[in-house]
Amino acid sequence: MSSVRVIEVEHFEAWRAAARELLREGVAAGDVDFFSPSVQKSLFGGEDGDGGESDGGGGGDALQQRSVKGQGAVAQRRDTPTVPPNFIKYARRVACHRDEQRWNLLYRLLWRLTTAEPNLLHVAFDDDVRRFDLMAKSVGRDAHKAQAFVRFRRIETEDGEQFVAWHRPDHRILRLVGPFFSRRFKSMRWTILTPDESASWDGAALTYGPGAPASAAPAVDDLDEMWRSYYRSIFNPARIKLAMMRREMPVRYWAALPETQIIPEILAEAPARVAAMLKYGAAGTRAVSAAEFLPEARDLDSLARAAAGCRGCELCERATQTVFGRGPSAARLVLVGEQPGDQEDQQGEPFVGSAGEVLNHALAAAGLARDEVYLTNAVKHFHWEPRGKQRLHKKPPSRAISACRSWLEAEMAAVAPRVLVCLGVTAAQAVLGRDTRALKTRGVPFASEWCERTIITWHPAASLRARIDGERERIARELAEHLQVAAQA
Amino acid sequence: MDVRNKLEILADAAKYDASCASSGSKQARAGSLLGSTEGMGICHSYTPDGRCVSLLKILLTNYCIYDCKYCINRVSSDVPRARFTVDEVVRLTIEFYRRNYIEGLFLSSGIIQNPDYTMEQLIAVARTLREVHRFGGYIHLKTIPKAAERLTIEAGRWADRISINIELPTAADLVELAPEKRREDVDEAMGDIREEIDQRRDDRKAGLKPPTFAPAGQSTQMIVGATDSPDAAILGTATDLYQRHRLRRVYYSAFSPIPFADDRLPPASPPLVREHRLYQADWLLRFYGFKLDEIVTPAAPNLALDVDPKLAWALAHRDQFPMDVNRAPRELLLRIPGIGVRSVNRIVDSRRHRAIRLADLRKLRLPWRRVQHFVAAIDHLPRAKDLESEWLRARLGGNATGLRQLDLFEAARSAHSGEV
Repeated sequence: MSSVRVIEVEHFEAWRAAARELLREGVAAGDVDFFSPSVQKSLFGGEDGDGGESDGGGGGDALQQRSVKGQGAVAQRRDTPTVPPNFIKYARRVACHRDEQRWNLLYRLLWRLTTAEPNLLHVAFDDDVRRFDLMAKSVGRDAHKAQAFVRFRRIETEDGEQFVAWHRPDHRILRLVGPFFSRRFKSMRWTILTPDESASWDGAALTYGPGAPASAAPAVDDLDEMWRSYYRSIFNPARIKLAMMRREMPVRYWAALPETQIIPEILAEAPARVAAMLKYGAAGTRAVSAAEFLPEARDLDSLARAAAGCRGCELCERATQTVFGRGPSAARLVLVGEQPGDQEDQQGEPFVGSAGEVLNHALAAAGLARDEVYLTNAVKHFHWEPRGKQRLHKKPPSRAISACRSWLEAEMAAVAPRVLVCLGVTAAQAVLGRDTRALKTRGVPFASEWCERTIITWHPAASLRARIDGERERIARELAEHLQVAAQA
Repeated sequence: MDVRNKLEILADAAKYDASCASSGSKQARAGSLLGSTEGMGICHSYTPDGRCVSLLKILLTNYCIYDCKYCINRVSSDVPRARFTVDEVVRLTIEFYRRNYIEGLFLSSGIIQNPDYTMEQLIAVARTLREVHRFGGYIHLKTIPKAAERLTIEAGRWADRISINIELPTAADLVELAPEKRREDVDEAMGDIREEIDQRRDDRKAGLKPPTFAPAGQSTQMIVGATDSPDAAILGTATDLYQRHRLRRVYYSAFSPIPFADDRLPPASPPLVREHRLYQADWLLRFYGFKLDEIVTPAAPNLALDVDPKLAWALAHRDQFPMDVNRAPRELLLRIPGIGVRSVNRIVDSRRHRAIRLADLRKLRLPWRRVQHFVAAIDHLPRAKDLESEWLRARLGGNATGLRQLDLFEAARSAHSGEV
């Protein structure tokens, strides 16, 4: 007659030592009952629904009942029982499970492996093996989530900076993941608190201590806000999959994750952000351009007529009319400004306002007649914003510049000038690209993709805006000088 | 503009990138003080779009001199612009990492000044992290097409993974939508990287200890649905890249990040489903022993949207079913709809020790509604009437609502596992 032995174990190594001794004595699986010191039903188990957390099942109880007689005699004594390496690897995980029956399950498997069924672990459908697999999986997943969801918060102590995290795992996985954190955060001093126990690393050694409540860890970190900004920005508001998010990041972890605080907020913002994505063309609408409006005949008159109906960008909606280029197709010089202004928009002709007057003077000073040059703009519609009753000039958006490029290309092809003059930096950038630097190159001819001889000079309006004494005259004079250079280039 | 504003703009600009993997690097970098890579990547958070946050995924800048029509950062777009300094990116990475927010950095950039200059900036970030901060975490650098070969090589020295975007499935697509990019340049850069990886492998075999070079290999991203190229062309290109340049991953990114906005797809089929189907097909090609011409044919160059490609194959080859789980070889078991690699391994492992019954299969938690028609076990044989039924496809495939469900719950996940 043998009675059931009752053995208390807390960690895997203790179980392993006890199991080894029991095997040596030939104690059958049914003749022993392991238990943990603080038998406590899992508070969190069962939530993720992947099984293994249910009670011991029929197996354990049945075996205890069968354990009364003679089982020990069946087994041979073994001094060095061998088991597959995978058993130890996964048993270590199962040992962290909160299921009270885990130790008994492990010993039952061990007994079966070392007596009659050395290949048992390959039979995935066996009830014990299946529970073992599911429990190992459940713990493995929990350990992985700890590696993912631990959030360190930096604090200043007398000994310098320290990082503290509070995390609530489903199982007792801290000792499984402790070494991972010490490899990863080697140069930091850190502590991870969980309700059951804690782990600390001082830069050299990993130690374990008692558990602690959430209130024992700092509640915030200086970087939380920055992290939340990132979280908000990397979220694609056009695809919302809350169920997916909750499945991978279960709500029970949220309290310790700073980013989850803004989830309601960023969901509320989502429609507005989608609208912005649409506006910037992320929606996949092909970029509209003026190219679709170009006529078959490419002489200046045909171009001008076709341009009157251009809808290549949204500027046409608020401008009075298209302001196309003016001048002879045989012109040696093409002068390009940025975009028409208020006067030009109303009259339908380029450079007719006060800036136009400055330009006329400069042309005359350079010995050029206005009707022998071709005058145009990078963008053919007036872009403005209301300021009281006035329509205030606004820099054209880059989409408009890009959309309008086809017109300028057609004009350049029709005129084929000897020299291209860009009036002002914004005009030059619109035509030549945003990397264009005007300061160094003003007045000096260079070759561009548009024309062998390209010159950047002042926009005539710059002279009007000048506030410093003498500036106005200097700009007007330089403009005239540069135009003269262009005329002779 | 402060760092937080820049972060908002430059993370926002990076959100269109499909890749988020941080896996594949096993070896620890010698002498690192902070950070590790241990093979399996970790997802540190999930956003409400169902995607994981693993890396600090940002652009160094979203200024760009190119005008690729499908790209939000094209020069002609009005999107707000910003530019990080090298030090700002380094500091953000280190500080985020120390709080365990991230696995590492995924750095990409718009092209500023010229490709070489841009590439040098990206390299400077990675080098500073490795050399100054002894950072051992994961770094993924996106290389710039047309950058000098020596720069691509240097990037591989500091990064775990390097990628270069193929952008569009065919060379003709590139001409149409990304005139400044050429397929040959991309191909050449991928070839350079592959050669360098091979070289290190040969050196190691010869007993040498070569310096680290992109231990997690190279990957690429292809935009799907921006042109009319069929799935056959997309998968053909992917197969070619896997074989010729031995890429670790090809990512497929639906052209429109906004569901239902792509008018080239039939209105009943959300674009994300196509992306999802491509990932499934990709997985079949790499891990399930399928050949390209078994998945797409000249007669049917596009994947079915109502059923997954494995189910589509099974429905077209019903004469090969039911497959006996106790006898069929492993490579045929892999062809059973609803059974993945892990379950196949379990079956093969177990059946050597005991015959498999219906109750055993149930324990594997397979999608039985689908599986039951295609398998035979000791005490299970599907009814021939069902397997031959015209209605089988309709019963197993998605209707319109089914597709929506799939879109909601599975598409993002498939980018990770591709499990079918």
